[in-house]
Amino acid sequence: MTEVIDYKSRVSDPASRKFETFSYLPAMADKDIKKQVQYLISKGWNPAIEHTEPEYVMDSYWYMWKLPMFGETDVDRVLAEAAACHKANPNNHVRLIGYNNFNQSQGTAMVIYRGKTV
Amino acid sequence: MAVKTYNAGVKEYRQTYWTPDYIPLDTDILACFKITPQPGVPREEVAAAVAAESSTGTWTTVWTDLLTDLDYYKGRAYKIEDVPGDDSCYYAFVAYPIDLFEEGSVVNVLTSLVGNVFGFKALRALRLEDVRFPIAYVKTCGGPPAGIQVERDRLNKYGRALLGCTIKPKLGLSAKNYGRAVYECLRGGLDLTKDDENINSQPFMRWRDRFEFVVEACQKAERETGERKGHYLNVTAPTPEEMYKRAEFAKELGAPIIMHDYLTGGLTANTGLANWCRNNGMLLHIHRAMHAVLDRNPHHGIHFRVLTKVLRLSGGDHLHSGTVVGKLEGDRAATLGWIDTMRDKFIKEDRSRGLFFDQDWGSMPGVFPVASGGIHVWHMPALVAIFGDDACLQFGGGTLGHPWGNAAGAAANRVALEACVEARNQGVEIEKEGKAILTKAAKSSPELKIAMETWKEIKFEFDTVDKLDVAHK
Repeated sequence: MTEVIDYKSRVSDPASRKFETFSYLPAMADKDIKKQVQYLISKGWNPAIEHTEPEYVMDSYWYMWKLPMFGETDVDRVLAEAAACHKANPNNHVRLIGYNNFNQSQGTAMVIYRGKTV
Repeated sequence: MAVKTYNAGVKEYRQTYWTPDYIPLDTDILACFKITPQPGVPREEVAAAVAAESSTGTWTTVWTDLLTDLDYYKGRAYKIEDVPGDDSCYYAFVAYPIDLFEEGSVVNVLTSLVGNVFGFKALRALRLEDVRFPIAYVKTCGGPPAGIQVERDRLNKYGRALLGCTIKPKLGLSAKNYGRAVYECLRGGLDLTKDDENINSQPFMRWRDRFEFVVEACQKAERETGERKGHYLNVTAPTPEEMYKRAEFAKELGAPIIMHDYLTGGLTANTGLANWCRNNGMLLHIHRAMHAVLDRNPHHGIHFRVLTKVLRLSGGDHLHSGTVVGKLEGDRAATLGWIDTMRDKFIKEDRSRGLFFDQDWGSMPGVFPVASGGIHVWHMPALVAIFGDDACLQFGGGTLGHPWGNAAGAAANRVALEACVEARNQGVEIEKEGKAILTKAAKSSPELKIAMETWKEIKFEFDTVDKLDVAHK
């Protein structure tokens, strides 16, 4: 019988706040973020960057960073926009999205710069 | 027009209902039956009898046949095929004119196709293997209240499968203790939890109490994690009136999703509830209790791929599909066949996957397949590879049985899922590399590490009873 460990999650502790896909894994290194961008481009999805103040993480609408990069296939340009968004909004969550215009949904969405949770 | 005269008496079915030259119309409903005949009856006669008895015919000629245009309304057996590897039976294909059926009524279609004909004396056994619903008929049905894309938008879940869990023990918990189990799962990282199908409104836990505590549990988990949560509140009830009363209350509490058992509850109730959900912005999870009674015997009954199509037409946003990897049965190719039937726009005929017809769903939304039963973290790589993202993976014992409790069990599953999705997106062959992926993820998740130790050796490898028909000779 192993010792039971308490699950450390509290309404009062901002560190308990998550932000959907990949938020239960450690923050990705730059080289791993790059692979996720490559993936969504290889699926034919349109990359886009969004951001929000962490207190509004549950809203459907975050702020768009410029416009979705329709037809963009250059991974580095997508990463550069994400970095620019992060630089301009250093405390915000920055999310990478792959818009799938065929099923009118998001093929994927993940926070790649983590803001300070509240 | 040729004039027909009335001759009383019994006529061979094949004179009227066997039409091998018939080319099915795009608007016909097509059915493939697997027929196991009584010895000595010719194939064409039995096939014609099945077409007749499931459409316009009766055992003897009646004068009122001549008051209608039988050539327009009759079902036609148009093709017979051997069943690979089984000489005791054969496939018969029947075409039914669309006007034999009421629009938007899977109830009416099934009443004909799997009605009296299944007790017909010339048959030892009969199985409805597949049905092609023409797009003209699909368009008359409501279908899923929300569908996969709308559910993703409402729940804010993208780029991965949904993660769920059925609350256990399935009977006997009080409402408050039950809500506790829900809360622990959701705060640990699951998206959704589920009422067991047996939970309706028993003396130990009345539905109203359960609904109130469970919704409180969901809302607290949302505040705690910052993620959207839900619990399938089972509104399956003894009467439609009671079912709607429960659905209305779930809506009043702000619950995002309710649940129904579409076979035991009945297809009329299900179609009505799906319409209610569409009108009230509620998601609908569908359980399939009783399906194995209908679909398990390879020679008699209704194949699950038909029950899948029936549900997509009647309406539901989730439907249990089998897991391939868990303790419940299912053959991988066949399971993939009906999974695609749930969620794709167009599914090609493919006998290697048990699909007898092209099926065009047009713009009807897709249904999330639900993989549930006997699965745990070690199954995650295979589940992600088999199901992809458009699925709901439900770990019951695999969450609640964690040595540190539900929250830790949930976190273990969530970490395992995300690790597998991340690796897949990187181009890793996740079924082959499953152990390495999970081991790496467990380095930052003690909950996953202990889960991997707890379930390390468990495997379920019973042979499936109902296999695809493939040649053994």
